[in-house]
Amino acid sequence: MNAALAWLYAPWPWYVSGPLIGFMVPLMLWIGNRSFGISSNLRHMCAMTQPKSVGVDFFQYNWREHSWSLVFAGGAVLGGFLAGVVFANPNPVDLSVAALTMFSYWNVPIAGGFLPPVLFDLTWMGVIVMFLGGILVGFGTRYASGCTSGHAITGLATLQLQSLFAVLGIFAGGLFSAHFITPHLFSLFG
Amino acid sequence: MHFLPYLLAGLAFGFVMIKSEAASWYRIMEMFYFQSFHMFGIMASAIATGLIGVLLLKRYGRLLTLDGEPIVVPDKPPGRINYILGGLIFGLGWGIIGLCPGPIFSLVGMGSIGALAALAGALHGTWLYGLVKNRLPH
Repeated sequence: MNAALAWLYAPWPWYVSGPLIGFMVPLMLWIGNRSFGISSNLRHMCAMTQPKSVGVDFFQYNWREHSWSLVFAGGAVLGGFLAGVVFANPNPVDLSVAALTMFSYWNVPIAGGFLPPVLFDLTWMGVIVMFLGGILVGFGTRYASGCTSGHAITGLATLQLQSLFAVLGIFAGGLFSAHFITPHLFSLFG
Repeated sequence: MHFLPYLLAGLAFGFVMIKSEAASWYRIMEMFYFQSFHMFGIMASAIATGLIGVLLLKRYGRLLTLDGEPIVVPDKPPGRINYILGGLIFGLGWGIIGLCPGPIFSLVGMGSIGALAALAGALHGTWLYGLVKNRLPH
């Protein structure tokens, strides 16, 4: 196997993947004056599927004007398939010793993979926790008009104060739940 | 053809989400416990790259978009409390499911059941926001 092919299978260090993610900001501007971000697609998907009889006005707009964004999200799904299935990393995530120790203490098996099976495979706990957590993510990103890509990357890279507020909120919320909620989930469902 | 650049950009983004391991629940927990530099390195170098890239785009103002329009950086809508509260709520979810929306989409492509459940939840959450929007402080 040549080196270029090995590179496709391996995980990429932060100093390679970080700049590639950041490059999305000027790239989307250059492609068509678009602000790099992905969570607005959740709104477009609601707008696409909302029955006429329901009529929540937040979803009453011409989502077809945002088709480019839905295509971008479709590309992300395809990219995930390529990176995670076709060029899947055969090795487990190279976590720090501190993290590995913590997960064994939490009773979360590493299982040699990318994601903990107890949350990401078809289990009662997985589906319930991921769905409820997903509600918070969907609600919060729309309330804040953006997620990690739109605020932490695009917003901070274009020096927007609103994005700084959003990022501070995001990190505070994440610190709270990661420290005071998540560790207890695994014993709860044990 | 008009959509091809967006498809390719999305594909690159989804690919990097996996290869950077930003889509790994383990990496996000490791980040919230400050146990590795990995995620912080990604965020810092991404912001720096974006900042420099946008500055270069602005400096070379002659550079147009693919459609031949002058490049303008869109501003975020005004507000403060909605950004803080929305961020907090999103963060609460992120600290549990270990996925923000970008990784949700790329993991769906990986065939993850958990990511599909998170996507279903996120769509419900988005819809719920649309329903109560006018009653929330912004």
